Amino acid sequence: MIEPSAIATSPEAAAEHVKLAARDIRFHYGDALALKGIDLEVPEHRVTALIGPSGCGKSTLLRVFNRIYELYPGQRAEGQVLLDGQDVLARNYPLAQLRSRIGMVFQKPVPFPMTIYDNVAYGISHYEKLPRAEMDARVEAALTRAALWDEVKDKLKKSALGLSGGQQQRLCIARAIAIEPEVILFDEPTSALDPIATARIEQLIEELKHQFTILIVTHNMQQAARCSDYTAFMYLGELVERGRTDQIFTRPTQKRTEDYITGRFG
Amino acid sequence: MSQDHIIKSYDEELTRLTGEIVRMGEIAAYQLGAAMDVLERRDTRAAERVIANDDAIDALEASVSYDVVQLLARRQPMARDLREVLAALRIASAIERIGDYAANVAKRSTALNRHAPVPAAQDIRTLATLATELLQQVLVAYRDRDAEAADVVRRRDADLDALHTQVFRELLDDMAREPSTVPSCAHLLFIAKNIERIGDHATNIAENVWYLVYGEEPTEERPKSDESSQIS
Repeated sequence: MIEPSAIATSPEAAAEHVKLAARDIRFHYGDALALKGIDLEVPEHRVTALIGPSGCGKSTLLRVFNRIYELYPGQRAEGQVLLDGQDVLARNYPLAQLRSRIGMVFQKPVPFPMTIYDNVAYGISHYEKLPRAEMDARVEAALTRAALWDEVKDKLKKSALGLSGGQQQRLCIARAIAIEPEVILFDEPTSALDPIATARIEQLIEELKHQFTILIVTHNMQQAARCSDYTAFMYLGELVERGRTDQIFTRPTQKRTEDYITGRFG
Repeated sequence: MSQDHIIKSYDEELTRLTGEIVRMGEIAAYQLGAAMDVLERRDTRAAERVIANDDAIDALEASVSYDVVQLLARRQPMARDLREVLAALRIASAIERIGDYAANVAKRSTALNRHAPVPAAQDIRTLATLATELLQQVLVAYRDRDAEAADVVRRRDADLDALHTQVFRELLDDMAREPSTVPSCAHLLFIAKNIERIGDHATNIAENVWYLVYGEEPTEERPKSDESSQIS
């Protein structure tokens, strides 16, 4: 049974603070328009899932939120991404600050070719110079919160590449949370994992939302239904519908949403 | 239903579910009619056949339950499909109860046959005719996914309730007037109540059709006219 208090009674509930908001986001891959004016609100300490068929723009939107696209020539975003009301797409908003506030976990776990310990410490040392003891504590805390500590505490100095896929992904989550961001973006974080490893990640997401604001892109509708509070359905670069997850999966208001989630898309 | 599923067998499974439920409903309506016939004809042997036929409804309900479990486990239905499956389970359960009530009418008719006929049986027929009509209408509403037609049934249950109150009162009068009819009238009271309950289950089905179509319970309070509990 879903705990009624776990989610607000309406998306507009006054108690919910909008942590992250997209305002009329348009995104260009060269001449191609991939996002056609997206407005999306992401409430704080909630999990928001982005679903939609391949090519609908959900991963693109995620990439806009932390400006990863800036690494690639010919890609540009218009509109605003408001983080606590401040536009992080503004040219004068420092990229390093953005990345420390909005973390990201990718589809394929990409541990660095270094030790488990260093994988987590590396990100922290990017932003803070900590004494050894303090760094140890931060690494342990991050691994604990990522539900990995018990499995790796005796082999912290071993290569992260020796971990299983599920462990590697939790290591990437530990690395993301080690720098204590406010928002974590997950881009299909379990698509390469088996059901047990997937369940562990989903359990983790549920725990992490108490501390972070989470936005997850997933192709797995059941996953969106299981672990999100809000779901947004995107199609052909547009946001078709966004609502509470319990509503979207039982009575969506838009026919395109209904057709997609029931497997009727032609 | 709007468009077909990409997976064809999913559509076939949902269609089969609807078919099973409509079939269940048809048998239940037939059973009620047959129960009324044996009541009027005072035919104990035929009544026993009606009672035995209830097994067919029970078997279909078991089949619906199996199919629903399979659909939930293997298709993980969402949105309208989920409502289809959930409504199917609830409606099958309501029809199964209707079948039980019809069988119960037949069972009590055999007890009535051991006593002299009483005139009140006529009013029971009127009650049963209306209940059968509501059941048939709600089955058509389900088959056609017609929430508005289902809502008409939901509202008409008040007529059945009012009629039940009237029959109840008449039976009490008969018993007061002629104490020798008390055993028969007592059975008829139960028979009338069974039929009134069939109307409640038809209403229940109507509400599920509404939920299936709109994804919410009907909000408007339905009229209620069963005052038999107030009669002293």
